[in-house]
Amino acid sequence: MTQKVAVFRREHFNAAHRLNNPDWDEATNERVFGKCNNPNYHGHNYELVVKVVGTPDAGTGYVMDMKVLSDIINTEVIERFDHKNLNLDTAEFSTLNPSAENIAIVIYNLLRNKIDAALDLQIRLYETPRNFVEYPASL
Amino acid sequence: MVYITRIEHFNAAHKLFNPNWSREKNEEVFGKCANENWHGHNFELFVTVRGIPDPDTGFVYDAKKLSQIIKTHITEKLDHKNLNLEVDFMKDKLCSIENLVVGIWNELIRHLPEGVVLHGLKLTETPTIYVEYFGD
Repeated sequence: MTQKVAVFRREHFNAAHRLNNPDWDEATNERVFGKCNNPNYHGHNYELVVKVVGTPDAGTGYVMDMKVLSDIINTEVIERFDHKNLNLDTAEFSTLNPSAENIAIVIYNLLRNKIDAALDLQIRLYETPRNFVEYPASL
Repeated sequence: MVYITRIEHFNAAHKLFNPNWSREKNEEVFGKCANENWHGHNFELFVTVRGIPDPDTGFVYDAKKLSQIIKTHITEKLDHKNLNLEVDFMKDKLCSIENLVVGIWNELIRHLPEGVVLHGLKLTETPTIYVEYFGD
């Protein structure tokens, strides 16, 4: 028995964005993305839940030190995205549409190589209290 | 006297920026909220009206009608918008949550039917910051 345990850390950031595909004309962008296409941007309070799964260490009882996890999330994600315009201010979304799905994938990739490869990682990102995504998808 | 509250929400971009100040002074006072490229929030608006429940309906005021008035006159103007650039009743005002709640009050009160008494507004900017305004 592996006694795997999931631990979670919740953090948040506030950011502006818009959904726009530069390969499409204005009318198509408006039809597909609706009000999310507003050229003057809109914004969200993003709520990020980072899930780490592993077997508690025999010495500490920890899957992962939550303070260390929090510091990694703050350095890699919060400082990068908080109070930013995701389209204009971040390298990650200069050419990638900042949908909740893509933001979750980017966050996963930012965190993955900072966290012990023996631990599983999953990102849940709330764009609003009602819309949220998970990556990788758990089936 | 009963107080009934309807909650509506909108997502919007804004920045805190005083055009009479230098960029340095704005950054000093408003910090990261002064980001010239905007940031944004999921706002939640609590609208409370008060009154004696009507003997025929049991309602202080029909919450569905209240919702429709808020949507038509407030949240449709704010949702997925840039609050600094696109909202008529915030034009030339500093776009703090304090000024926004007063702006919403002044706009909303004009559209409530006679006899419906607006008691207070609560506006949340993040899960940890909100303002209240009672019209005084």
